[in-house]
Formats: sequence, C-alpha cells, structure tokens
Amino acid sequence: MTLNVNRREFLKVSAAAGGAFMLEFSFPCAAQAARANHTIHAAKDVAVTELTEINAWVVIHPDDQVVVRIARSEMGQGTFTALAQLVAEELDCDWGKVSAEFASPNEHIRRNRIWGSMSTGGSQGVRSSQDYVRKAGASARIMLLEAAALRWQVPVAECTVERGVITHGPSKRRLSYGQVAADAAKLQPPKEVRLRDAKDWKIAGKPLHRLDIPDKVRGKPVFGADVALPGMLHAAIAQCPVFGGKVKSLDASVAEKMRGVKKIVREPGYVAVIADNWWRAQQALKQLKIEWDNGEYGKASDETIAAMLRAGLDAQDLPQPRKLGDVDAAFAAAAKVIEAEYQSPYLNHATMEPQTCTAWFKPDGFLEVWTSTQDGEASLLAAANAAGLPPEKVEVHKMMLGGGFGRRGGPQDFVRQGVAIARAMPGVPVKLMWSREEDMQHGFYRPASLVRMKAALDKDGKLLALHSRIACPSILAVLMPGALKNGIDFSAVRTFSDLPYQIPNQQVDYALRNGHVPVGYWRAPGQQNGFYRECFIDELAHAAGQDPLDYRLALLAANDKNRLVLEAVAQAAAWRSPLPSDVHRGLAVVEGFGSYAAMVAEVSVSAKGELKVLRIVLAIDSGYVVNPDTCRAQAESNVAFGLSSMLYQQNTVKEGRIVESNFHDFPLIGMSEMPRVEVVFANTGGFWGGHGEPGILPLVPAVCNAIFAATGKRVRSLPLSQQDLRKI
Amino acid sequence: MLKLNVNGRNHQVDVEPEMPLLWVLRDHLNLPGTKYSCGEGLCGSCTVHLDGKAVRSCTLPVSAAVGKRVVTIEGLSRDGLHRIQEAWIEHEVPQCGYCQPGMIMSAAVLLEKNPQPSDADIDAVMTNLCRCGTYTRVKLAIHAAAKVAAKPAVAKPAAAKKA
Repeated sequence: MTLNVNRREFLKVSAAAGGAFMLEFSFPCAAQAARANHTIHAAKDVAVTELTEINAWVVIHPDDQVVVRIARSEMGQGTFTALAQLVAEELDCDWGKVSAEFASPNEHIRRNRIWGSMSTGGSQGVRSSQDYVRKAGASARIMLLEAAALRWQVPVAECTVERGVITHGPSKRRLSYGQVAADAAKLQPPKEVRLRDAKDWKIAGKPLHRLDIPDKVRGKPVFGADVALPGMLHAAIAQCPVFGGKVKSLDASVAEKMRGVKKIVREPGYVAVIADNWWRAQQALKQLKIEWDNGEYGKASDETIAAMLRAGLDAQDLPQPRKLGDVDAAFAAAAKVIEAEYQSPYLNHATMEPQTCTAWFKPDGFLEVWTSTQDGEASLLAAANAAGLPPEKVEVHKMMLGGGFGRRGGPQDFVRQGVAIARAMPGVPVKLMWSREEDMQHGFYRPASLVRMKAALDKDGKLLALHSRIACPSILAVLMPGALKNGIDFSAVRTFSDLPYQIPNQQVDYALRNGHVPVGYWRAPGQQNGFYRECFIDELAHAAGQDPLDYRLALLAANDKNRLVLEAVAQAAAWRSPLPSDVHRGLAVVEGFGSYAAMVAEVSVSAKGELKVLRIVLAIDSGYVVNPDTCRAQAESNVAFGLSSMLYQQNTVKEGRIVESNFHDFPLIGMSEMPRVEVVFANTGGFWGGHGEPGILPLVPAVCNAIFAATGKRVRSLPLSQQDLRKI
Repeated sequence: MLKLNVNGRNHQVDVEPEMPLLWVLRDHLNLPGTKYSCGEGLCGSCTVHLDGKAVRSCTLPVSAAVGKRVVTIEGLSRDGLHRIQEAWIEHEVPQCGYCQPGMIMSAAVLLEKNPQPSDADIDAVMTNLCRCGTYTRVKLAIHAAAKVAAKPAVAKPAAAKKA
C-alpha cells in the first residue's frame, strides 16, 4: 500500500522539469482533465490517462487498484485512512488494493466545491464527512454492478460483489471492478443508496494499518517542509516581535552581501531573506538592522492582561450564554456558598514542523503553493487573495502536516507570507520556513482565561445554584468576527453553557476580553473550561463529604451519556477498589466534539512535591469507531499533549512580546513522563463523535483532582511547574 | 569544498564549514528525511548517525562530519525495512510522523549498543521530543525490534496487517 501523494508530487515535479504546464497532473483522471479543457501529456504517465473516476471520491485503475480521494487533511490523527476505510467499506473492494490521495483544492473550487468541507478541525474529519463519503462508496458500488449487469445483459439483482469482484449468480460469470470501471463512469449515479449497518462492517471499524505510516518511517518527503523543486530558493522570516507592529526602518547593507542571499523582502509586518539555502537565509536575517514600530501594544504585559481579565470578571451587564431558574434567589436562600477562581495561561501549538509554505509564480500566470494545511480550500483562497489572482489560477498541494492542533487551519498567515515573499521572485519557487523562535512567538495562542465559580448549597449540602463568570478572549473575534453572535463565543463558554449536571439554578456570564495577543483554536478549543468545572465540582463533592463519582452521578440524568462513560471508566479503573498508599485517584467527565469522555487519573506525589502521573483510563463514547487503533493513538496523544501543557507550558508577555522562544522554556513531556494509557470504547451508536480532541477535555481536571486526593492541595492555575505540590 | 560520506556515498559540498550538517543534508544533498524543528539540539528531530553515534545535526557544524560516516533515515536500510522501521509500522508508532526519523535513528543506535534495553534504558537514551505523544508506542516498538534481533536469523515476512 503506498501513499499516492508522492507519486502525484513526483509527476508534477518531473513535468515542471520538462517545462510542461503542470496543472494537468492535478487531474488523476483523463475525462475530468479533458472536461477542464487541459491537454493531457499522455506520454508522461500512461497510468494517469487510464484511471477512471467513478465519482469525485472513487477512482479505479484497470488493474483494480482503488484510489480514494480525501478532502480533509492528515496531521497524524488518522483521518486519511479512516475516510478511505469508510469509502472502501461501502464500495466493497479489496482493502489491499486501496490507496488514498488528497483531493485538489483547485479542482474543488472549479467543480463547485464537490468534496464538501476541506477544513480539518474540531475533530470533524470523520464525523462530518462520514455520511457523504459512505454514500459515494455505495453509489460507486451500485454503478459498477449496473455496468457489469449491462455488459452481461442480465438483471442487476442477479449480480453480487465481494472484494471488488462482481459475480453473476446464475451463470457464475465474473468481472472485476477494473474491468467495468470505464463503463460504470458513464452511468447515472443512483438517486438513493442504503448504507451498511455498523455491525456488518468488514473494513470500517477494524484496526487496519494506516496508509501514511510506511512513508513516514522511511523519511520520505511527505511534509510541507520537505518540498524540493528545481531551482527552488529558501526564505527565512523575522516578524515584528510585538503583535500588530510594523517595520519602521531597515538596513540590509550587511545581509544583502552575504553568501547565497538573493533578495531581501520588506513587508509591513515582517522582513524576509531569500537565499539559496535556509541556513544562509537565517544567518543573513540575523544581520539585518530592523527598527520596529511596536504600535500601541509595546507596553502590554502579563500584568496588563491579568488586569484586563480581572476587569472582565467584575464587569456589569455581561451576555449570559446560559440562564436557568433564579440564581440570585438561590444564593439569597443558600445555607452555604462556595466560591473559587481558576485561571489558565496562553499556549502555543508548537507543532514539531514549524510553519512553512512554498509558492511558485509561474510564467503562465498560474500560482502553485505547497503547504502543510488543515484546510486546503482556505489555503487556496488565502493564496489567491495575497497574489491578487482568481482562485481558479491557484493550486494548493496539500502536504502531510508535521502536527496541526488547530494552528494550520483558520489563520493561514504563513500562506499569505509565502505568497507575498515568492512574488518578489517571479518564476522561481520559494520555500518559506519559520524558525522555531518565530513559531513560538507568532502563534495564535490558546486563550488565557480567568473564571469565577460560585455554588449555593442548602443546609443538607444539596447544590441549588451554580453561577460562573468567564473572562476569556474570543477566538471568533480574531478569526471569524462575523460569526460572533450577541457577544458570545461558544468555545469560550462551553462546558458551562452546555452543563449536563442537573442544577436547578444556573447562570453563565461571559466577558469577551481580547488583548493584543492573537488567539486561535488549540486542540479542543475551550478545554480549559473542563479544568475549571470538573475541579470545582470536585471541590463541591469534597465539601459535601461525598465520593466524587457518586456526587457526579447524582447530578446526571439517568440516560445522559456523560453518566454512561463515567460508569464505564469507573468500572475499568476499579474506582471503588483500594489503591497502594502512595497512589491516588482523580476523576472527570466532559463532553465535546461530538463525544463523551470520562477519565480516571492515578498519580503519586513524593514528599518533595514531585508529581508522577502513573495511569490514565479513558472511557469514550463517540457513537462509532472507524479505526480503533488510531482512536487509541489519539487518546495517547491527548494525554501527552494535555500533560505537557499542564506540567510545563505557558506563554507569557513582556513589553508586548511573547517571552518563550523554544523548547527550553516551553517544554514538552518526554519518554519517561508518559503514563500508561488505557482506553475503553463505550459506544452507544446512533451518532458520530470525534476522537482528535475529546480525550484532552477531562485530562487536566482528572489529574488535578488526583493531586488533591494525594496532597490536599487544590490546583487552580497552571502550569504545575510553578507550584508547590508538597502535601499539606 | 568539503568531502562528506553520507549513506555510503561520497559527496563534495561547497559550503561554509560552520553550516550545521542538517542544512547540508536537507538543502544541498536533497535528503529531507532529517528534520528541522528546534535548531538548538533540544528535540532530536534532526538525529543522524556519525560513525555509529546518534548526533543532533542541527547544531553539528558540517566540518565535524568530514572524514566520518554519516547515515540518515534514507540510508538506515537499503529497502526502508530495517527491523526498527518494521516494528514502527507494525505498532503504528507515528502520528504526524515529523519527529519519527529522529526517533528511529536514536532507537537504532540504542539497540546497537544495548540489544535488550529495559524501559529505564529507553527512557535514559530516547530523549527525542514528540508533540503527538507517541512515546508509549516508541517503547513498545523498540522492545519488539529487540525481540526480532534476539531470534535466530530467518527470512523476515513483510509487516502483516492487523485485521
């Protein structure tokens, strides 16, 4: 099984070397390319002209090889394979003959957005496209069956298919998919198709090997950073350290004379050096004398940001994303009030592959872009906009992402820059790559936030009311201001505004406070609210003298899926069984991204206050699971990502700029800090939830609640490296 | 001109002696399997072998590689199926995969020096960073590759499908 992306890239590059117009090689199908009025260089690659597109998702070779087109991006979460599994399941082909390739964003635009959304975030890759990709597979199967029936002149009802081989029952004649694909492509697709029940799945639902892994372990050039084109130059970039600032003056007299330097590009907010290798570009960048106009934010700091959030918490007349009953009356009647404030810092995505974009303004007026993107269509539109070209004149080659986590979706800043820089060298491909330092200091950060929660209890300790005030920057206000309704951003208030606990009086107040630090979607946007809510619930359980599991179960409706995953995780982790004296447990449950996730963390804390996270048990209900092994890997990934942030990470601000610059001051957990992770799939079916993010939702509160069990200390701000965890 | 031996082939490169080996590999010899991530020797994504030792090529001046044997992920095995790579495929180790060439190169040296490493040995040597959190599987795959080596040499079947 191979990754077709390489073959396609090779074709494009070899075509370029021969001076041919490259666009035709974006069309793996001859008929399609002809429709688009591009000539086919048949001699370049015979196979290219023999492929048959049954529909936009399914391409079949004469030798029965099936290529599934994938519109969403692959950043390690496994969507590339899972979507191919879903298509292959309905197509009923031989999985051993299946490969996958990315759909072309240019073709997507010209074919009226035929692949639906290319956006890959919010754990949507599978759950939001499963319906139409399965229908595409089923529809192709029916067309192939009909083509065989027509050739044999028999009723289609007498034909069956198994693993890509069609059999006419009465005569036992056989035809393979490859033999009838060309005929099938000419037929009308069926108006309706019936999808298989998950219990009958043979390809979906199985832990099949991922299609992208063999190339990745061989070090094949699959990432945006790996793009190499004939005559390509390299660009390094220095952006104004203060967000929103501009270049005031530039002295490039030393840099421009340095070895390999081809051009210095000055744009309003950054300067780039183009050179014949990236290191030389970066060395020259360091010799530039740039004076920055820091704009109005040169004095911003952690203190000014904290004051902004604090003022939000104390503001009057805030929007209320949730209001049930009468909170004021409940507090007036309360026998006891418990109140706590929690906070979280800004966080960078820190993808291992820094932001990168290769752009090439070609002599024929066409722009080609190669990038690691979570949204091929957004990249194409950003590139077209930056180039001043119609989208039809731009192609984006989607590369594998060296991590995404939300950084490479909405902003597309690196694509705009890559295009603007390459425009200075028309006819020459230029690969922009950010240094780690640029990447750390020019992110779209997980919002820093401050939350005050207040609970009213009656004399028996019963929870009467929960009042939550959330001061948090809005991501929508940065990336999609038009989508902000009534001053409420769901990702800032989630987990409170959709609280599953049956509390009669609830109020959530939201103070939208955006400082100058750009905020963005960071794995499971709004996940910090899970930390706040589930730790505060733990505080309430402790105050009531109740077991944290029993306390939560008593607040959840009988049929609530949060309850089901809680019960599942409690059983898997043997919640009610005793532990060794130095091991302590914590619990949390949070729903989000279509799934329900409950977690038990087991930790030990030494006398010196050293934390060791030993074991994590996750129970997750995503309705269905398309590839159980990939979903387990996502659970492991969410644990590692969440632990790194909780233990070590924060981005702080001084004189308007981000202080941290690399992994020495923004550490990741290492091998020895990875706990054992166990996953229970508690699927109830009937809905499709995600896996890329839900696992992180209960991680931080489960571990913090375990720390409380171990030490009697409540963790109300992060990271933990700033705190004394010695037992009280 | 500097003379380099990379993956068994001799090369002459016209570069500054202080240029890190990483950029010679990536931008001059077209071997992009070795990755840039931190540039400070902190993460190990750029790990290659220098005379059989694992080194971080982002901070190693190319001059230090002259007269030594450099091996990159592209040259670890002729067919891309070193026992470690096979174990990596079998246990589905990579997620995004960007740090994995460095992980694999580090693991190869570890197993060369310590054919049956304990978990603690692996923790001590494998200091490469992974943002996706593949650590559990890295460990699993190293143990699996160690077992393959411990067996008497027989023809190895291709990595079988799980289903």
